[in-house]
Amino acid sequence: MGLSAFPTAGELSSLGAHAPRWRPGLPREHWGATFSELFASGREGSGAAAALALALDGFGGEEERAVLWVQDAAALRLTGRPYRPGLPAALRRRVIHVVAPKAEDALFALEEAARCRDFAGAIGEIAGNPKALDFTASRRLALAAEKYGVPLFLVRLDAARELSAARMRWQVRAAPSPPPRWNGQAPGRAAWHAELFRARGYRPGEWILDDGAKLSARPSILRQAQDERGSGRAGEGREFPHIRSA
Amino acid sequence: MSLPPRRIMAIWLARLAVDRWRHAEGCKCGEGADAEPVALIGETAHGLRIDAVNDTGLMAGARPGMMLADARAVCAALRAVASDPAGDLAFLERLALWAQRWGPWTALDPPDGLLVDVSALAHLFGGEAQLLGDVEARMAVRELSVRTAIAPTAGAAWALAHYGPEQAILEPGDEATLAALPVAALRLDPEVLLVLRRLGLKRIGEVTGIGRDAFKRRFRKRVPSANPLLRLDQLLGRLPEPLLPVVAVPPALVQRRLLEPIRHRELLDRVVADLAADMAHELESRGEGARRLDLGLWRVDGDVVLRSLELAAATRNPAHIARLFAAKLDDIDAGFGIELVRMRAAWAEPLALAQADLDAGAEDHRTSLATCLDRLTVRLGPNAVRRPVLHASHIPERAQRWQAPLAPEPPSQEQLMFHARPLKLLDRAEKIAVLYATPDGHPRQFRWRGGLHEVVRVEGPERISPEWWREKGTARLRDYYRIEDSLGRRYWIYRLGLIGDGRGGAPEWFLQGLCG
Repeated sequence: MGLSAFPTAGELSSLGAHAPRWRPGLPREHWGATFSELFASGREGSGAAAALALALDGFGGEEERAVLWVQDAAALRLTGRPYRPGLPAALRRRVIHVVAPKAEDALFALEEAARCRDFAGAIGEIAGNPKALDFTASRRLALAAEKYGVPLFLVRLDAARELSAARMRWQVRAAPSPPPRWNGQAPGRAAWHAELFRARGYRPGEWILDDGAKLSARPSILRQAQDERGSGRAGEGREFPHIRSA
Repeated sequence: MSLPPRRIMAIWLARLAVDRWRHAEGCKCGEGADAEPVALIGETAHGLRIDAVNDTGLMAGARPGMMLADARAVCAALRAVASDPAGDLAFLERLALWAQRWGPWTALDPPDGLLVDVSALAHLFGGEAQLLGDVEARMAVRELSVRTAIAPTAGAAWALAHYGPEQAILEPGDEATLAALPVAALRLDPEVLLVLRRLGLKRIGEVTGIGRDAFKRRFRKRVPSANPLLRLDQLLGRLPEPLLPVVAVPPALVQRRLLEPIRHRELLDRVVADLAADMAHELESRGEGARRLDLGLWRVDGDVVLRSLELAAATRNPAHIARLFAAKLDDIDAGFGIELVRMRAAWAEPLALAQADLDAGAEDHRTSLATCLDRLTVRLGPNAVRRPVLHASHIPERAQRWQAPLAPEPPSQEQLMFHARPLKLLDRAEKIAVLYATPDGHPRQFRWRGGLHEVVRVEGPERISPEWWREKGTARLRDYYRIEDSLGRRYWIYRLGLIGDGRGGAPEWFLQGLCG
């Protein structure tokens, strides 16, 4: 086996620049069966909502299996319980909710969900930076998610960005919603400002996610402004003009 | 050779509901709680109706079948206790099994009777009169008041137990004595009895005195309880009336007696695994799967440690059962050793034999939903793993209930499309301090959990009135608003009450839900 099979140093150094951009509606085998982390504030429901939207985006259309939603007690106190009338219509009949007294139990439940063939995916909510959730624990989850092919989404409420083995790490916060069609004074459908700050296989980026009939993303205004000013990586801005999934 | 005549014993527990209530209270007849007038009541469409009354209540004038309000007018001191028909029936079933001491074939006669086939076995008790005496004596020990009778048919025995003399015995060929009994002894529906009374027929003898054709024209129904002729034929033995026997099904039970008492965890795990394998064989031979398993550990010093396990779906997988029990055995104190381990399937459901997965080994050991839920339940407790289901209520926090994840979903009306609801609901709505409100009534600025929110967009109000049939008259209505603040965070808030609704002071504001 010759050395030619390996990438050269030059290729390695510019690997990130050639990595594809994340976009909604990517085929599941690209990123669906991975372990993602979403950092969000405990004062809003954006974390869990964005996790659900990303999960649904990854499932595709004909997924019928149940979804496990795990909350530890602190997260439950901070942001409340799932409310069935408000859940996305595709998930209403399929959510199984688990209350874990401690973060260890929540991690156990997530790992069991990954090992189960009857779950389409699992969503965990853990508040703060508990000791149990260290790099080893996150690596366990990442390996389990990849081995068994069950996507896991872990929402970290009011947490610091510690070392983690998550394949995609997002920072999510609420964004002003697009005005609804009929009543301009009313809040519209959900929208989030999502920053993919670390990902395996994708370039980092910032988007405004819009939870319509399907998840859609447009680059965040701040990023656009930067690109238009020509500061930093000016060329990249044109690569992802207003991506809407088909 | 002719068969000996059929003999049926009817046992009527005349005061079953009151007797059971007295057992629950732990008092003798006429003492303690039974000294006051007590009525057992059930809910009907027209209000609370009395199902049974104790002796003191009867003397005070209350009668079964009265409305509770009417009975209170007669006897103001009447105490109302909820009746328990399902519990009565379960008790009757157990009693029917116990009654097999008098005959091998016992049947239920709901709501408050038993029928025992005592053909050709009365001599074991010294004759039929002694048999009836034995029944009354043993029932008296259990503090149950009974009336008994023996007759050649179930219908005649029932009639004599309810309307005949005490401890009546009807020999074959003596059916003429039944003619003096009232027509109610025919076990007919109240509507049919009403018709018979209007026709002026009060005794069974008067019914037999009229031609059959006249009856046939008037009562055409094929149901025996609506047709006096069919009942009459059953009474006289012209129509067969089979008795459906009560059969006890003992729960699957396996046990290991240990020659050497075990004191170590590894050995106990080994024994539990063996028991799980035995249990799997036992359940497989019955075509069942276990839903609840009890594990009893008998210690040398006579102490018994019990551990039970409830499963999300019927299973008989020994590895799964052993693994779940292993999580429950951590805190066992073996003392001087455990000498007997017993596993019992207290609740089993039919589970057909299934083809084993041929490539199960290649299937990378992934678990099924029920297995996964069992593991979660054993570690986190039965109330930790649940599923939200809709409930018919307007109040948002009551519109959702939680149930076991694999239980069938109750029928419900689907959510209305124009109701926008938040993704998550706080367990308890949190009070917010409104700093500045618009003239329209919704807040412009409010403080929640120490942070300031400036409201930019509002939809509302959606007015939800209190459920007057459930809540007190002073409950206040709620005006819900869906809001979005300057940072795009979306919440669901409500104002409790209106200014000047006369149900408390100034209205307060609460934040109840977080939208996505």
